[in-house]
Amino acid sequence: MVRSDRRRDDGKRPKGPMKRSQADDSWPASQKVRKGARPAVDENSEVVKTFRVFQSELDAKHDKHERLVKLSRDVTIESKRTIFLLHRITSEEVKQPLIREAQAKIEAIQSGLLLRIAQELEGEDPFLFQRAVSPGLQEYVEAVLFLGYAAEARLMGLGEVRGQLRFRVPATDGEDSKSKDSSDPTVEGVLPESVDQENLPRTPPMRTLALHLSPTDYVLGMADFTGELMRACINGIGAGDAQTPFALVAFLRQLYDGCRFLGNRPGREFVRKLAVMRQSLAKVESACYMLQVRGSEIPKHMLLDVISSLPNSELGMEDFDT
Amino acid sequence: MAESPPVNSIFSEFNEYLTNDQDVREEIRVAVRAMEQTAREVMTTLEGIHQAAGLKEAPVLCQKARKLLETTQSQFAELQKKVPADQYYRFHDHWRFVSQRLSFLVALIVYLEAERLVTREEVAHLMGVSVRREDGFHLDLEDFLQGLLQLASELSRLAINSVTAGEYDRPVRISNFIQELNAGFRLLNLKNDSLRKRFDGLKYDIKKVEEVVYDISIRGLKPAPPGGGEEEEPPTSSTGAE
Repeated sequence: MVRSDRRRDDGKRPKGPMKRSQADDSWPASQKVRKGARPAVDENSEVVKTFRVFQSELDAKHDKHERLVKLSRDVTIESKRTIFLLHRITSEEVKQPLIREAQAKIEAIQSGLLLRIAQELEGEDPFLFQRAVSPGLQEYVEAVLFLGYAAEARLMGLGEVRGQLRFRVPATDGEDSKSKDSSDPTVEGVLPESVDQENLPRTPPMRTLALHLSPTDYVLGMADFTGELMRACINGIGAGDAQTPFALVAFLRQLYDGCRFLGNRPGREFVRKLAVMRQSLAKVESACYMLQVRGSEIPKHMLLDVISSLPNSELGMEDFDT
Repeated sequence: MAESPPVNSIFSEFNEYLTNDQDVREEIRVAVRAMEQTAREVMTTLEGIHQAAGLKEAPVLCQKARKLLETTQSQFAELQKKVPADQYYRFHDHWRFVSQRLSFLVALIVYLEAERLVTREEVAHLMGVSVRREDGFHLDLEDFLQGLLQLASELSRLAINSVTAGEYDRPVRISNFIQELNAGFRLLNLKNDSLRKRFDGLKYDIKKVEEVVYDISIRGLKPAPPGGGEEEEPPTSSTGAE
């Protein structure tokens, strides 16, 4: 409401309310009359009955979509935080504790938010709600890959990431925790909150609930991950690290090569990310060049200034042969 | 870096996935093209109702259209084979248009034959698909609703043409029907999507039909409804109330 009003008022102020009243009038006169003359909807009509069914079906779908969007946004936030955490790795001393902390965060995302997404999506066509969950999943992939690289200096494959998205849930009625609670009291009795924990070890029939991660989401997450690598590399140079930037740039090149090999087939979004990736790579490469050529001459504390003064605009102008 | 080999295999795996994906899409496109052809043929057949003598031939045309629609059953079966199980919505965009169009055509046929709203089951049955997602290849609810909205605009056109053809009672019936449809749609809580946009056009169809009804009633061309002058009352009573 508010937004549309504002848009209308943009042009000519007095027109706003007038237009609105006209819009009301554009409903055929008889309709308004009807509203007064008889109950707004005839509940017994066949058509109304059918549409009631449609109503509940559509509402259920929209509600689920809304819940998934919320969960996905929370996944995004938590994943971003994990990434920031990993960027704080500057030296070997802090590395291990930070990685452990990040691992704990990732596990929390998995067992909390992602499990709930998996439960929401159970029995649904995973692609129906793709648009609701994919931003969160991409961000999550980015965080997981970054963690994988920070901890073990390697790229986690799709299979591995997917492997972490399998959950063991009680096989009885794992639709969601609410239905579990409502059906269990007969057996478990008094403890409503701890029922879940009680159930896990005690009831042997467990089943696997997998959250579907589409390969496209994985690759898009990977493309974002290269941006983080770029940042880590520049930070590394800034911190006076003369070795890791070269390792990072080699890894980044590999990823860029791989992505370029895919061409534009993964979709428009991917093509855009590929262009950004190219810029990141160019930035990192010229930073490494600077380090190689002048690293010995320039005092460490000035190096960062030199790098940040690199002509970024020029890098952006390079032709994208993709 | 240290463990580089996997990177290549990760990408080649994804490359394979993309290649397969393209193949599937290509096959789906071929199958859908055949369905669109059928839909066009049915469309052309039913176009006959707008002709001067067309309305009397409606039963014949509907028979013909039904016959033509039978081919969609095998075409849907064909399509179903191309679409991997549980990936309906991954490729849905390819046949969204045609299933909306077919829903509309079935709804139009049922309206012309019986002057009532088609059920989702009927449409699904004629197309040879199931109603519920759980039962396999199904008719998406939103596609069905889009089809109904297309029906409304086709009927508003029919109202005009039936007057031209000298059939004065039809617009009144169409008006009632569309009003009922509108009441149904107003029960839905639509999101701001394409369905909502299409629904917003429904009021213009209603308006058009009402203008036709107005024109014929003001000239005394409208056959007297069983409920006599009741239709004239509401305007005065409502102004009185306010």
